[in-house]
Amino acid sequence: MPRNGSFAILFNTLVVMFMLAPLVIVCLVAFTPENTLSLPGWNWSLRWFRKVFEHPDFVTSFINSLWLATVSASIAVGLAVPASLAITRGNFPGRQALEGLFLSPLVIPHLVLGVALLQMFARIGATGSFVWLSLAHVVVITPYAMRLLIAAMTGYDRSVEHAALSLGASRLTVFRRITLPMILPGVSGGWLLCFINSFDEVTMSIFITAPSTITLPVKMYMYATESIDPMMAAVSALVVGLTAATALLLDRIYGLDRVLVGQR
Amino acid sequence: MSDTSTPRARSAVWLTLPSLLLFTVVLLTPLSLTLLLSFNEYDAARGATGGFTFSHYAAIVSDGYYLEIFLRTLRIGLITTFLCVLIGVPEAYILSRMAAPWRSVFLMIVLTPLLVSVVVRTFGWSMLLGIEGPVNMLFQALGIGKTRMLYTEGAVITALVHVMLPFMVIPVWTALQKLDPQVEQAALSFGASRLTAIVRVVLPQIMPGILSGGLIVFGLAASSFAIPGLLGGRRLKMVATTVYDQYLHELNWPMGAAIAVILLIANLIVMLTCHRVVERQYRRRLG
Repeated sequence: MPRNGSFAILFNTLVVMFMLAPLVIVCLVAFTPENTLSLPGWNWSLRWFRKVFEHPDFVTSFINSLWLATVSASIAVGLAVPASLAITRGNFPGRQALEGLFLSPLVIPHLVLGVALLQMFARIGATGSFVWLSLAHVVVITPYAMRLLIAAMTGYDRSVEHAALSLGASRLTVFRRITLPMILPGVSGGWLLCFINSFDEVTMSIFITAPSTITLPVKMYMYATESIDPMMAAVSALVVGLTAATALLLDRIYGLDRVLVGQR
Repeated sequence: MSDTSTPRARSAVWLTLPSLLLFTVVLLTPLSLTLLLSFNEYDAARGATGGFTFSHYAAIVSDGYYLEIFLRTLRIGLITTFLCVLIGVPEAYILSRMAAPWRSVFLMIVLTPLLVSVVVRTFGWSMLLGIEGPVNMLFQALGIGKTRMLYTEGAVITALVHVMLPFMVIPVWTALQKLDPQVEQAALSFGASRLTAIVRVVLPQIMPGILSGGLIVFGLAASSFAIPGLLGGRRLKMVATTVYDQYLHELNWPMGAAIAVILLIANLIVMLTCHRVVERQYRRRLG
């Protein structure tokens, strides 16, 4: 394997700096003691973090986002497991069309879904409903779970299942005792990936959240368009921390490289 | 197995029915409603009034205001894609030649920002590019002088490249993983220069990866909302921010719907082309 030259190493260093710069500055500015967006010198302060926790809107929207991401990730995985089972194992007409439909939210701009749902929710009176908001999130994040689950279910040895069936186990027992444990990394990895994607979703949510159901990214977007102070940096630093923790967990459970790069 | 195709098909129905129901209600129905809305007549006093008209689509094609927004979006999308190819392809190549621990460490550093909220990353750029920000301090140190960068196309493109770069690196990296490094070695040992080996041996083989990455980046960049919304300001409108304005400020929903439908169709064409590219590459590899 030929080694990288010094120019290649310099290039890589610049790209890495470019990728990390906005995240690093957000985390540094969050600790400023000043009233303006500035880098903390020798004095680091937690005052802006305290400000965040005293700000009722941010606290509410953060709790909303946690709930929303938990609920919609659970529903998405609950739907994706049976659907992926049918898609990977069945050979029924319309199988590919179904798979295409379930993966289609990946190629539909969230903005378009947002305005479409805004219109429909206004018509059926679902504006401000947490349940409908969750269902919208489920549609957007289900493809992520489904991709991991389809990958986990293809290329897996089914002889154990067949043995259990021929020894008289019921289909439900086979699923509970054999299939589920074997696809568990795909299930929990899919859940975490769904959680992250729901927690981060902003473009669609802007159109379909009401003040009572507003999510953290939407609140942050609104806040950033009106005023910019270090509190925004503190919230962002908290989000970066939470994302990093989830990413570490995801790496432990499923492997971050497999989630991000895929394994076609 | 003992089961015939009939109970299997029946169980497939039961397994997919809940998702199918949800996708029909929360995806297909609202999209159809939007398509219908885009043909509705609009009256400034009464809003969407029903009826059937092509006038919104006609206005988009003939009105300079909308044309400019579409052209700007196209331009920003193309420049972003070009820069992502220019940075992402060599970066993926360099990553693939790194030694064992560094390779995955740097790959994860480049890809993991993908998981951080776009709002956070965009806010980071608005600080970096601010008038008192680090980039301006660097410019001053270099003797360039303070430059107003926020609310310019440059700022929007910078943040877009940052957010889209992982989508370029991933397919190129995947394509590079499938290469046989010995072929490049062979070219080198037959006397080809480094550059010739890359251009004539490596590049043609990873072309499908570059193409599909470029299409994904273009599709996502052209439909991006939060980045132009936060870094473009009021004046620098892209298609997505215009749809937002039509719906929430102008309250001209039929016009917003027409722009959204065009955005959706353009996006689907780009993404399905990308799918074709990947499929064809996949089939060729299978023989």
